[in-house]
This record gives sequence, structure tokens and C-alpha cells, in this order.
Amino acid sequence: MNDPPMTLLDIRSLDHPVIHAANLQVDAGERICLAAPSGAGKSVFLQCLADLLEHTGEVFFDGQPRTQFSGHAWRQQVCYVASESAWWSGRVIDHFPAQVTLPLSALQLDNELLERSPSGLSSGQRQRLSLLRALARHPRVLMLDEPTANLDERNTDAVETLLQEWTGEGNALIFTSHNVQQQMRLATRRWSIRDGRVEAQE
Amino acid sequence: MNSSDVVISVPELALGVLLVIALAAVCRPLSRQTASGLVTSMGRMCLQLTLLGLVLKAVFDNVSLVWVALVSLVMLLAAGREVVIRQRYRGPWASDWRTGLTAMTSGCFLLTLLALLVVIEHEPWYHPRYAIPLLGMMLGNTMTGIALTISRILEGAHQQAPRIQARLALGDTWQDAVRGVRIDGIRQGLLPVINMMAASGLVSLPGMMTGQLLAGADPMDAVSYQILIILMIATGAGTGSLIAAHLTVRQLFDDRERLRLDYYRDVDSDGSR
Repeated sequence: MNDPPMTLLDIRSLDHPVIHAANLQVDAGERICLAAPSGAGKSVFLQCLADLLEHTGEVFFDGQPRTQFSGHAWRQQVCYVASESAWWSGRVIDHFPAQVTLPLSALQLDNELLERSPSGLSSGQRQRLSLLRALARHPRVLMLDEPTANLDERNTDAVETLLQEWTGEGNALIFTSHNVQQQMRLATRRWSIRDGRVEAQE
Repeated sequence: MNSSDVVISVPELALGVLLVIALAAVCRPLSRQTASGLVTSMGRMCLQLTLLGLVLKAVFDNVSLVWVALVSLVMLLAAGREVVIRQRYRGPWASDWRTGLTAMTSGCFLLTLLALLVVIEHEPWYHPRYAIPLLGMMLGNTMTGIALTISRILEGAHQQAPRIQARLALGDTWQDAVRGVRIDGIRQGLLPVINMMAASGLVSLPGMMTGQLLAGADPMDAVSYQILIILMIATGAGTGSLIAAHLTVRQLFDDRERLRLDYYRDVDSDGSR
């Protein structure tokens, strides 16, 4: 395969009162780490990319401008997962699309968890299930805010392996992490934030 | 109906006033605020009802569609204000008023018209003796239902913002994301009407029927009027709640289906500052 990789996300400009970006691309198969100190605006930037916060700018998905998508259609492709997961139904299974096969064992989760109430699970179980919940909807770009903050080493490895396989299928990942080792292991490229501006690092 | 059977004289009214003043005197050592509240609100009630009586007398003496329409408009605006000021979370005033007035107009006016034209069939149909009390009862109940629906939805949206955001982030439509909050609001708005229908005649004698019985009406006539009124109130409050719920949840989101709680301010926290 010598074709140039497909650009999934093309951020020509993005302006929000606390964060700005211009000329950033995300290609299929990439895993980009957005590295910056706390309070620099990482979550705000990711939520702007998911069009969850009001902002201005021009962002394209798969060559199509965002204005051609409705809000929910855009977020089905460019999906944001917050560091704290929220649940709206009494059973875990109700949060997943019907008839979906979930790679539960890859994340060391038991099938019986699906019948339980989300409030009865540990924070680590909820965090892994919220990742599966997003993957089950087949987005092409996934933005994860501290995806392994509540996980031990073994579960962190499992999540990283799953994400590597998933991006290998032609999808793209943008994530934040305070764990420098994780940034080195998982990221194929890094973005940083300087003076409220997101910049790609060579 | 022979309404002259019971005429209440000024000394009799004064006796009632004295009873409330005595109650206030008993309450005063416990809570000064409650005692003065009792007296001032009694004063307001007497004044407002007397004014209303004078207005109604004038309107009854000159039966005219213009006057009836004018009184109805004042009643509608007063009810609209009641809906808006009962809310803890306030949006832009124009959209708050639009929601309240649209929901109440569709819940009350059309049904009141239907009752006047099709069921009561008095000549002329807009006679204030029928039109104004009917509209008043409709507005009073519909207003409560609408105010409860709106406040439940706005409070629910603020409390459950992380859940709504999570669903939006996963690519759900705004309608799906807000469904639970919306259902809860409609349920809340209809609860008083459901309770009222279930308790009518067993626990409570409805106000209109009590008034008719006191004024000497035949009990079966009073009952059939009351059933009609309750059915209309139920339909009006239900329609009003559904429309208020629809308009309120729509205003929570912008055209990109983002949750916009920044459009709202919390009156409670403004007051405590």
C-alpha cells in the first residue's frame, strides 16, 4: 500500500475564547497525543472538535465541511469521551446499540456486568465500558480525555492494545494523558498547546 | 339558578376578616413574619377580588366581545407572568414569555372557545357570565401544569447536564439526549390534574360546584357542569404541558444540537449573592 494515508480530520481554523488552532490534520491510523499542562484548554479543544461547544472556524471530515453535517451526524464520526463517564439508564446494556458484539474480554470485563447498574461498578470498570460504548457506535475519529486515569497497569495495557488495533483499521485517535510513558507508548505524533494555540510537534 | 338566596352583608364579611386577624394574633408569638404575611395577603385578596367584582359587574352590564376579549387578554398576561416568575432558571425573557403564552393559549383559549360554542351554546356565545369564569378556571389549572413542566425540565437539564452531554458526545440526537428530562417534565405537569380527577367528589368538592350549590343550584346540574369543567381542565393542562415541554426542550439546544445552559441564569443563586 503506497497510497498516501487518508486525512480524516482537517482543521483549517478553529477559534474559541480560550483555544485556537489552524492547519492541523489527522490521518487515518494516527494516534495523536494532545500534551499540555492542566488548565491549558485540552478538554475545551476536544469538545470544540466534537462541536459540543460554540466556536468558529472551518473543520473538515473526510473532505466534507462540518456545515454539511447536522450536529449529531458530525459527532457520530468525531466522537468525544470525557474522563468522567455519565450514565443515563438503569442497566449498563441499555447504553449500547442493540445486537452489538462487544470485545469485553479484551478489556478484562465480564459479560454479567452488562446487566448491572452503572452506579454499582468501580470507576475503572465504568471507564473501560464508556470506551466500549463509544467504539460500539463506530466513529472514525475518537477523542479520549485521560482514557486510563482510573486503571491499573494491566488494564491500561489492555486499553492501549485495543486502541492500537482499532486505529490499525483506518481510524484515528486523539487523546490526552498525564502519563509520559503512555504518551511514548501509544502516540504516533504529538500536539502541544502554547499560549492558547494548538501546535503540531515535529 | 336563584343567586339571591344567599346575600352576604358587610358585617358578615367583617366577621370573616376578624377570624383571620385572630389567627394572625395567635401566630404572632411563633412567627412575626407569618402573622404579617397573613394580614397583608388577606388585604390583597379582599382588594383584588373587590376590584374584580367591579370589573365583572361593568362587563356584565355591557355585554360586548371587545370587553370580554380585553379582560381575557389581561388574565392571560397575568397567568403568563405567573409562569415566568415561578421559574428558578430564566432564559432570554422573550423566549420565556413566548413559551408560557403559546402553551397557555393553545391549552386554554381553544378549549374555552369549544366549550362556549359547542357545549354551553348561550346567546351570545361570548357572554362574560360564562366566558370569564370558564377561562379563569382553565387558565388557573393550565398555568400550574405548564409552570411545573417548565421548571421540572429546566431543573432536570441542569442537574443531568453530564448525562445529556455524554449522549450528545456519542452522536445521539438532541431529542434522544433530552428524552428522560422531557418525559419527567410532562409527568410532573399532569400530576395535579390526575390527582384532582381521582379525588374529585371523594376528598374534595370542586370549587365551582361548591359555589353553585351555595348559590342554590340543583346538585345534578352542578355536577354535570363540574364534570365538563374538569374534562376541559385536564385536556387544557395536558395540551399546555405537552406544548410547553416541546418548546422548552427545543430552547435548551442551539442549531448545532449543543446543550446551551449558558442561555439560562439561576435566580436562586442571584438572590444569595
